[in-house]
Amino acid sequence: MRGLLGLVIVAALSVAGPARAEQYSVTVELVVKDKKFEPAELKAPADKRIVIHVVNRDATPMEFESKSLKAEKVVVASSEAIVRVGPLKPGKYEFFDDFNQRNRGTLIVE
Amino acid sequence: MLAALIIVFREVFEAGLIVGIVMAVTRAVPLRGWWVTGGIAGGLAGACLVALFAEVLSQAFAGSGQELFNATILGIAVVMLTWHNVWMARHGRELAAEMRAAGEAVAAGRSSLAALAIVVGVAVLREGSEVVLFLYGILASEGSSGANVFAGGLVGLVLGAFVCALTYFGLLRIPGRYLFAVTSLMIAFLAAGMASQAVAFLAQADVLTALGNIVWDTSWLLSDGSILGKALHTLIGYTDQPTTMQLVVYMLTLGVTFVLMKVFAPPASPQQRPIAAE
Repeated sequence: MRGLLGLVIVAALSVAGPARAEQYSVTVELVVKDKKFEPAELKAPADKRIVIHVVNRDATPMEFESKSLKAEKVVVASSEAIVRVGPLKPGKYEFFDDFNQRNRGTLIVE
Repeated sequence: MLAALIIVFREVFEAGLIVGIVMAVTRAVPLRGWWVTGGIAGGLAGACLVALFAEVLSQAFAGSGQELFNATILGIAVVMLTWHNVWMARHGRELAAEMRAAGEAVAAGRSSLAALAIVVGVAVLREGSEVVLFLYGILASEGSSGANVFAGGLVGLVLGAFVCALTYFGLLRIPGRYLFAVTSLMIAFLAAGMASQAVAFLAQADVLTALGNIVWDTSWLLSDGSILGKALHTLIGYTDQPTTMQLVVYMLTLGVTFVLMKVFAPPASPQQRPIAAE
């Protein structure tokens, strides 16, 4: 339970973070249709908070997941959600649909 | 069918590891079966609720509802696990010394059991809600035969339950006097791992973005996605690309747990440690 307390303290210390990050964030769009990411290749700038706006047009739920982006988010059928990642160094970051792992995409940060 | 099998197995596998550990930890406590079953049942009910309200949850808190919810239930599990460890440091000896027949020990054992039942419930809730959403999605959309999906899910469930049994009987092979030390350690690492997962969710929710840089990448050595990587992820919170904040919180949770266990350990007679009791 003190572990959580520690977590809360650390969280409190970093309150300044969010506002700043939000200010410098960019939004990219990602559509899921017929079990495919569109586009399969996203582009975003480095060193900025990135908001990925995921629109699921399929009648099945999907889970946007990425190890390198540290993101996992269920997007239910025919709905949308936002996934916040970064700030990131330039490079390629893979993501996939955890409910349908053949569906993969890449975020290119430059 | 195969998709249903894989998804169900993967989620039951993760929850099964935790249930197996809890069963081993509580093996000396009467009525533990009921508590663990209650935890599983509660978790399943919760999973259905979460799946049902997934969209509402997702839209809540400026689109961060899901992340905050995950972080919160992980936080609850961390608290319960830590509390259990501290409690065991204090009372473990009484239980180990076969004093469990004494009314007091039984009553005390129950309160610790309740904490672990919550941990089981939380584990089942987290993994279960994904299973429910996924299976519901398949059934609702593709019109694929329900029997097929059901069969796949059932095989996945049985395989996952097998992992749970394996964990349990594996732990029971540890001689009684070491079991307490081993399970305390496992629970401490379990808690630390969950705390660091909670950090990842908080970062995603914009609540805790400080120290978000990735410290190292060991995905070439052991990927999170592999079965061993997944097992270690559940057991000790292994992740192939941890952030600084995750490492800090991980170490902090471990440190705080061990300090609390020391502080609350009973001032002892000749045989100091509960571990040495026998």
